[in-house]
This record gives sequence, C-alpha cells and structure tokens, in this order.
Amino acid sequence: MYRSHVLVCGGTGCTSSGSLQIFDLLKEEIAKNGLADEVSVVQTGCHGLCALGPIVIVYPEATFYSMVKPEYIPEIVSEHLLKGRVVKKYVYEDTVQEEGLKPLHETDFYKKQHRIALRNCGVINPENIEEYIGTRGYEALGKVLTEMTPDDVIKCILDSGLRGRGGGGFPTGRKWQLAKDLVKGGQKYVACNADEGDPGAFMDRSVLEGDPHALIEAMAIAGYAIGANQGYIYVRAEYPIAVDRLNIAIGQAREYGLLGKDIFGTGFDFDLELRLGAGAFVCGEETALMTSIEGNRGEPKPRPPFPAEKGLFDKPTVLNNVETYANIPQIILNGAEWFASMGTEKSKGTKVFALGGKIKNTGLVEIPMGTTLRTVVEDIGGGIPNGKKFKAAQTGGPSGGCIPAEHFDVPIDYDNLIALGSMMGSGGLIVMDEDNCMVDIAKFFLEFTVDESCGKCTPCRIGTKRLYEMLDKITKGQATLEDLDKLEELCYYIKDNSLCGLGQTAPNPVLSTLRYFKDEYIAHVVEKRCPAGVCKDLLSFVIDPDKCKGCTLCAKKCPAGAISGTVKEPHVIDTSKCVKCGVCIENCKFGAISKK
Amino acid sequence: MAAKSTVPFQGTKEQEAQLRSVIAELKDERGSLMPILQKAQDIYGYLPIEVQTMIADECGIPLEKVYGVATFYSQFSLYPKGKYKISVCLGTACYVKGSGDIYEKLQQLLGIEGGQCTPDGKFSLDACRCIGACGLAPVLTINDDVYGRLTAADMADVLAKYE
Repeated sequence: MYRSHVLVCGGTGCTSSGSLQIFDLLKEEIAKNGLADEVSVVQTGCHGLCALGPIVIVYPEATFYSMVKPEYIPEIVSEHLLKGRVVKKYVYEDTVQEEGLKPLHETDFYKKQHRIALRNCGVINPENIEEYIGTRGYEALGKVLTEMTPDDVIKCILDSGLRGRGGGGFPTGRKWQLAKDLVKGGQKYVACNADEGDPGAFMDRSVLEGDPHALIEAMAIAGYAIGANQGYIYVRAEYPIAVDRLNIAIGQAREYGLLGKDIFGTGFDFDLELRLGAGAFVCGEETALMTSIEGNRGEPKPRPPFPAEKGLFDKPTVLNNVETYANIPQIILNGAEWFASMGTEKSKGTKVFALGGKIKNTGLVEIPMGTTLRTVVEDIGGGIPNGKKFKAAQTGGPSGGCIPAEHFDVPIDYDNLIALGSMMGSGGLIVMDEDNCMVDIAKFFLEFTVDESCGKCTPCRIGTKRLYEMLDKITKGQATLEDLDKLEELCYYIKDNSLCGLGQTAPNPVLSTLRYFKDEYIAHVVEKRCPAGVCKDLLSFVIDPDKCKGCTLCAKKCPAGAISGTVKEPHVIDTSKCVKCGVCIENCKFGAISKK
Repeated sequence: MAAKSTVPFQGTKEQEAQLRSVIAELKDERGSLMPILQKAQDIYGYLPIEVQTMIADECGIPLEKVYGVATFYSQFSLYPKGKYKISVCLGTACYVKGSGDIYEKLQQLLGIEGGQCTPDGKFSLDACRCIGACGLAPVLTINDDVYGRLTAADMADVLAKYE
C-alpha cells in the first residue's frame, strides 16, 4: 500500500510538452528522498486539460499541478510529498482559493462535464489491466455472457438511445440488430474505427491511450451480440502511443482469459487483431476502411449492400467508432434508462469534444448532449484569449460547418447541428475569433478534401478541385459575384452525386460559411478586401510613421528591397516591390508595421 | 518519378534478409500487404521501386497492386527522407493558430517545397494532418521531437538546433 499516488499524464498532448521527463524525474527524486515505498508514480491517460500540460496530480488530496517544469520537481517532492505542504505556486490557478484548494471537479473546466467515455482517462494506469478491473472493468462482459442473451444485449443498447459517435449518428443498437439478423449464422466480424482522421479531433486517441481495455471489453460484447468471434481495430499509425497501449492491453486480456477461447467458461470465443492505417482520411468511411483492412487501396464501395450484410471479407460486419464502444460497458452495467436519462430527446448520453483553436482551455471535454455552445466555449473553455471576439465554432471537421455567434445558445445535439448546416462529426470543435478569415478556412478544408479524395468518383475528384480553385480565386481578389453563384451550384452538385460520405459532405464548409458569412465573401469579391486580414494577396503592408523610429532594421531584413528611408526617419514600403513575406513585421521592435 | 529519385537505391543484404523474413511471416495472412509495406518502410526508411518489386515477387501479387497501395496512403514514401524529418501539423486547430505561416517560413528557410528533401539529405519537410497535440498548437515534429506553441519567428532557432 502506498500513502500517496502521483499521477503523471502520459497522453500525447502532455508527452509532447515533456511529461515523460517529468515522470522519470519524479521517480528519481522520490527515490532520493527515500519515499519509494510510500509514494507511487503512475503514468495515466489524458486528463483533458491539454493546454496546461504536463499535468501531475497528487492523490489522495487530488492536487492538480499544471505546466510542470523539470525544475519544480525537487520542491514538489520535498515540500508536498515529504512534508505534506502543497506547493501552491505550481498548482492550477483555478483550484487555488484562500483556504486550501478547491476540488478539481468544482473548477469551471470540470464542473459541467460528465465523464462516461472518458471516465477512466487520467485516473487509471492504462498499461495495467488490474487497474481497469478495479474500476468494474470486464464486469459488463461477464454480465452479458452469463446473464443476457444476444437479443437482451441489443435491446439494452437500443433502449439506451446510443447513436454512433463517429459522426453519422446512426443508432448503434439498430446496427447491431441488422448484423445479427440480416444473415443468420456463419462468420461475422466486429470492427472498430480508430482511424480518427478529422484534423483537430483527438477524443478517440485519448480513449485508446487512457482506457484501452474499455474498447476491448465493448468489442467482445458486440461480438457476443451479433455472433462474431473475431474483431479488428483499425487504428491510425500516427498514434504510436495508442498503438503501443492497445497491443499491451490485448496481450493482457488474452493472458487473463478475457480474449481468446471459452471466455469466462461460457464457450464464447473472441479475439482481436490490430490493423494500422497509413494516413488516408477516406478510410474513416466504413466501406473504405474495410477495403483497407483487406489490404487494398482504401476506396469506398457503393452501399447497399451495407456492411451489416456484406462487410469485411464479404461477411456481415459491425463497425463502430472508439467513443461509441467506450460507452457500451457503462450502459450494460448501469442500464439503458440511466443512459437515456441524459441528453436531449433524440440524442442521449454525453459527447466528447476536442476543444481547439482560439480558446483558453484547449483539451478534451465530455458534456451531456444538449449543453449549449456558450457553456462549452465560455464556461468550460474559459473563453477566447487576448480579449478577442468569438466569431464561429467549427464542428465536424472537413465534413462539417461552422456555427456563428448568433447560434451560441443552441443546445448541441445531432439534429440541431444538422439544422444549422454543420454536423456532430467525430467531435472536433475548433473556435475561431475575429482574426480568422472564413473564406480562408473554407479554402483550407477544401485543400484537405482535394488531397484526401480517393479519386474513384468524378464529382468528388474533380469537383472538389474546382471548388478549391474558385475559393483560391476569391482569396486572391480575382473572382466576380457570378463566381459566387457558380460556387454554390457546384457545391450542391458534388453533394448530390458523390459516391461516399467524403464527397457528399466535402462542400459543407463552403456552404456553411456562405450561409453565415456571405458578407466576407462579398468583401473579397467586390471590395477586394479581406476583413480579417488573412488573405495575403488582398493585404498591403504599411509602416506607421508615428511609431517608426527609423532604426533601418526592416530595410536590412527585407528580402525584396522594398523598404527605403534614412536613419532616424520614418521608412516607407514600396508596395509594388513588396512580396508580403512578413519579415519586416517579425523584426520591427516598435510594432510600427501592420497589414491592412 | 525519375526526376525526383536522384538518390540511387542502396539497400543492404541485411535489410533484404530482414524484409524476406517479414514477408515469409505475414504473407499468408489475409490483407497482409499493408502490414508488410509498413514493416518494409521501417526497414528501408522508404519504399523504392526495388523494394516494391521484391514484395510483389515474394507475395506473388502484381507489382501494379503493390504500387497502387503504396501510392494511395500518405504515410508511404517512394522517396528517401532527410536525416531530420520535419513535419508541420496542418490540422485545423494548428492552422487557425498560424501553422500555415510556419510551414511557409520553413520552406523559405530551407529553400525547398513541402514533400522535398534538402540536397544535402539533412532536412525533409512535410505537412501532416493532426498529430493530436492540439493543446500545444501550432505544432511541428522533427523526428521524434515535438515542438509546440510556435510562431514563424521561432523557426530559425528550431532549425539551428540541428545544424
């Protein structure tokens, strides 16, 4: 028994800011102080508050040290762990109050969250199966195998109202029912989509890194429900930590007899195999993902037949995303009513969002469905930094759209987001402020889809490229109002005629910015002006003569020789020579140069 | 393709033996071409046509199929990478915080375009789509080192660490 547990976040966000070094230093320093038998150091998954990494939490008191630097460690160990005095100056500022510390779950970031899919992330050591079992892990699988029929399981998932968390929102129980009943008996497969391709979404990665056994348990439950004995996890190769932890977890589950033959002595066999993606966004589409597992170019196939009838290796297959699976054991343990009591009428439970972009608390948050965007951005997210104004939140990544400030109070659920012209998507939520140009953002997403279009069908392959070119023309001030009409027409054409979800949703970023920010498009086209000051071709660099001290630094650094002036006199930029590289702004010590 | 592959293939006997044993181990599994290509890229660092041919021959599948798969996925590279592989995240969270400027600045400093390698083989530059470190945006990686909360002005200093 240890008297204290020190949890160090080992998620990708924190390891990127140096948490592995912190972990090693803590162990070293604790040993040096002779505390190795009393204090244990554990590497956990993500706590969610990635903006404040590396994160170290000391239990039992749950002291939350944020942005921990190596030089803090000796003090934290000698003061806190040895003498029991919290080192307040390194503690997360929102937990600091006059008397003692505020509990973490009462801080603004955590107060309105409800963690189901992420319940173990940041709490247990993901590389130790016993810690998972200690939090009722594999109990749901045991219950399913010993007390429930496959139909009971499917009914429970149906009644819970759980819908696919990968973006589409198809009822999970319905999917399982189809896979069980469309084809009776024979070889079937369970698959997991862990190819989280939406740039800016990382909730699945967090579950894989922080609670891999939850996924394994859920897939075994799905296997039992539909009658499959083999599962495949298709995971992004860009997530090396997740791949490692999954491999460890699968190995441990086999060792404990929770995967393999005759699980819990019930005669049920189930095993899992990991397949690595290789960087293709289209492989998030279910038929493309299965084609890729089969070892081919990840091109989608027309549906029907749906995978529930003819999927992986032409056998009936259930494919769910990581977050969907992460909910399953909890639903089995706590009952369908418990899950259905959270959320809105048609969207039950919680949803994890990856908050990113221009927001103070970047990180992962899990909120009940129906929470308003305002709550997420202002209360949980801590608002926009640097006193800037909120402009829009982008959800659904390259398939989604943006939600402008006027819809700040809409409850977030599947149907409301679709009505607003966006979509839930996998849960990326990128906040943009007044400095982001919406035309540029639309162009950014189209560049992405052009890159990622697999090329199989013409509307997507050629259409997205044409869309991109039109947007490029707009950002360069070369478009006419007629082009805006053509742009919209082409969007609908691509939506209606593409083979798979990638093409059908690719125009959404354009349509939604046209819907809410048409004035910005018009400013680019008619006034040849970028209101946010982003589109380079429409900007000119100017020196403010009142601020310029005539230090000559900008003139020396300018690669185009576009700046002239005499020492100690205000300089001027010759806009005909200026290449708009921005070197002058970077070098000016007086803030005298700006883009207009 | 010929224009870019200036570095001749320099595979060693050891690498070949390693690849052959990987193929022997995996080739009978269903859908094993991707895992084989991934292992081959670990061994050689990239997938030149010589390696693809070896895989096609050993597995008894057409080279055309191997090439098709190798060119479909962005993680497979047909060209050698630099000693230091720079990868700038152009995921949405990084992009709205200015990673586009960082990418442009690096192209300027290195004198190469994205997807290329400096003539001395030292740096190669690529864009990637979200490594999931959105909390540190904008982010870039150089081999296994992660750099976050960057601005274009930091780039010269970051590169200097590898001089």
